[in-house]
Amino acid sequence: MANASEQELKDYREEAAAWFKENTPAEPDFMMPLTFMEVGTDQQFNFLRDWQNKVWEAGYLGAAWPKQYGGGGLEQVFQNIATDEMRKANGPIMLNAIGINWAGPLILDMGSDEEKERYIKRILSAEDIWCQGFSEPENGSDLGNAQLKAVREGDEWVLNGSKIWTTQGNYAKYMILLARTNPDAENKYKGLSFFLSPMDVPGIETVPIRKLTGEYGFTQTFFTDARIPADCLMGEEGQGWLIAMRTLEYERGARAGQAGGYIITMPDAAEIFDLAKDAKRGGAPAIDDPLIRDELVKFLIEARSMDLCHKRSRIGPLSQDKPMSLPLMSKLVSSEFYRELNQFALSIQGTKAAYYVGEPDAHDDGVWQRGYLNAFSATIGGGTSQIQRNIIGEHVLGLPKS
Amino acid sequence: MELRGAIGFSEEQADLLDVAVNFCRDKSPVDKVRTLLTDELGYDPAVWSEIAELGWLGIAIPEEFGGVGLGLAEVVPVVEQMGRNLMAGPFVSTTLAAQAILVGGTDSQKADLLPAMASGTAATLALSEDHADWDLGHIDCAAFADGDALQLSGTKTFVTDAASAEWIIASVNLDSAPALIVINRSTVPDGAIRRETVIDETRRSYQLCLDGLSVPKTSLLDSSKTAETLAHLHLASNLLLSAEMCGGTASVIDYTVDYLQTRKQFGKMIGSYQALKHPIVDAHVGYEKARSHLYSAAYTFTQQGEGEIATRMAKSTASDAFSFAADRAIQFHGGFGFTYDCDAQLYRRRAIWCEAMQGDGAYHRKKLADLLL
Ligand SMILES: Cc1cc2nc3c(=O)[nH]c(=O)nc-3n(C[C@H](O)[C@H](O)[C@H](O)COP(=O)(O)OP(=O)(O)OC[C@H]3O[C@@H](n4cnc5c(N)ncnc54)[C@H](O)[C@@H]3O)c2cc1C
Repeated sequence: MANASEQELKDYREEAAAWFKENTPAEPDFMMPLTFMEVGTDQQFNFLRDWQNKVWEAGYLGAAWPKQYGGGGLEQVFQNIATDEMRKANGPIMLNAIGINWAGPLILDMGSDEEKERYIKRILSAEDIWCQGFSEPENGSDLGNAQLKAVREGDEWVLNGSKIWTTQGNYAKYMILLARTNPDAENKYKGLSFFLSPMDVPGIETVPIRKLTGEYGFTQTFFTDARIPADCLMGEEGQGWLIAMRTLEYERGARAGQAGGYIITMPDAAEIFDLAKDAKRGGAPAIDDPLIRDELVKFLIEARSMDLCHKRSRIGPLSQDKPMSLPLMSKLVSSEFYRELNQFALSIQGTKAAYYVGEPDAHDDGVWQRGYLNAFSATIGGGTSQIQRNIIGEHVLGLPKS
Repeated sequence: MELRGAIGFSEEQADLLDVAVNFCRDKSPVDKVRTLLTDELGYDPAVWSEIAELGWLGIAIPEEFGGVGLGLAEVVPVVEQMGRNLMAGPFVSTTLAAQAILVGGTDSQKADLLPAMASGTAATLALSEDHADWDLGHIDCAAFADGDALQLSGTKTFVTDAASAEWIIASVNLDSAPALIVINRSTVPDGAIRRETVIDETRRSYQLCLDGLSVPKTSLLDSSKTAETLAHLHLASNLLLSAEMCGGTASVIDYTVDYLQTRKQFGKMIGSYQALKHPIVDAHVGYEKARSHLYSAAYTFTQQGEGEIATRMAKSTASDAFSFAADRAIQFHGGFGFTYDCDAQLYRRRAIWCEAMQGDGAYHRKKLADLLL
């Protein structure tokens, strides 16, 4: 796979490790978001934007993206190494998730040269934050039924309707937008088009929505006669569904090409061991309880399953029976894993499971409680686990549509 | 704590997988499997000869003893495909018996037995006993030195393929320490071997009564290697059981998905109902995880420490995956699922057998907890 020599990779790893050791910021004195989906204060936003910018400038984000658009022009293995070292240093998340992980790769993959020129570099540098306008109040899982209207008038599109659960909507400069351009198309999918829409035009308004944890991070986004330039249309009119599906492949990690880094902080299994040693059940450390030990081992096995399935998906003869199987299941497996792990972490705390962030006597400052509630962001966002099962059932196993 | 695992796949594994996919499918169609259920021998001797000619019995035997000189990692894809097609025969028994000689045998035992095993003389292990303990060091059968002979007593259970095996390698207690001996089956009186009635009807399993049997002292394997050999056999058995279970899981899911795509109720294909679709997806996801663990275990098998962890994880995940998939397979076939004719029972019975041999999921997780927590 790699043309780079072992020595080059080793040197690169050492450089990256040293850079992250030197530059990873200390934990700030305000609460940090666990994922890109709960960036709720300007303080958090600015902190994370600076960090992403710094990582990109050092060459450790977008290392494998084309040089002419602000990337590093290296092979993917270099970025993988950089991400690995970032994780080891336990640095903050990358802020501009929708930019670096879905809009960016999508534009590199299907966009025009002009679009690449205009957007890619500023995605990497976090100068331009991107958001995603897919879900609507009435159309979520049934994304193909999206109704936000886009009508062509001269050299503009006029947008009317509303999107919801727009992550970082209030910070975004651009939105990847799925809109209905032809209400009379022969089926609901063919009436959709895809836009790279500016957010700073009159008629687009974002209203923050408070999450189950009490934090903020997404908005409802209203469009009232908002006019955007005609060239915001990506691809052809009527190609919206196709482009949206490609976007979801990037979003769910079923297709490679992301800029790198990570956008979700996940509990480390080591942390749950520490908790299990710390937490008491019947006066004894929870980790001495045989039932808890069995569960802990199950989580260890499951954590490895994810890593091994990812690695196996790159071994041709071991993944060719059903080639889309491993890529399509990764989102379902990992999101459910983190939800269950956090939930389990509560169950071993005895009465202390009932404490929450802010309570000085809570285990680990209540991170498990907050983590559990936040874990649903991944089991719902990006297509719910139920929808993922439909997709695997229909596209991998070939079962009839529900 | 290392949460990452290692996995790789050699060219030899890929070639063997390729050949095994076709061979096992062609030689073990399900009607053949069903015919063999009531056959006393339990497998087709002609297919057994072909397997020997393919060199599969010598895969993990060094070239100097007439084998191919690869390892158990390369046996895994073959056993996986045998499992996928419910193929019967003493392949795994013989492969494991050879491992016992290879790891624990004396030089002359290696020279005498391995070339024969590599070329198709069946052999087996006799390690289980009535106490039903999975700890192979728990041995009640005994051997007493009597001149140049050993007098044996006690009963071994779950001696697979004993009726076709030329040699049986049994564990006994000698001077209150575990020991392994080779028994030539031709010296065992007829009445000492009794066929057991087992849940997996594709298997042939026997009890071996050692009372009154005597073997020459030269039958002893190298006594300095007994513990190492037993530990190796435990893990090797689990590796191959995991392979067999992964194959079986893939196939019972295919079988069930087929039905969900053809059977209609309420005017719709039953596979369109999420009460069936989502659990079969969960079964499939479980299978994919188990297969990843299987090939990780194969890849790391010879590594001290890591091999044991990966193998125990493989057995635990494969047990859960196979049991769940086969259990749902019965339910999702409705009334037909309750019949002998529905293949779901073949898989469910096999899953129970495989899980019960050499430690179920909970047993291996307990071992892992002691290793990892
Ligand atoms: C934290 C977070 C961030 C998000 N960020 C964004 C964003 O940036 N941009 C964006 O566009 N969207 C975003 N979303 C929206 C997300 O994609 C939708 O919430 C999701 O697709 C589900 O749609 P819904 O909320 O309308 O629920 P519904 O579709 O109404 O679903 C309700 C329930 O019904 C189930 N269900 C629905 N249809 C089926 C079916 N066919 N079979 C079985 N079960 C079914 C669902 O699984 C769910 O449990 C975000 C969501 C969250 C939670």
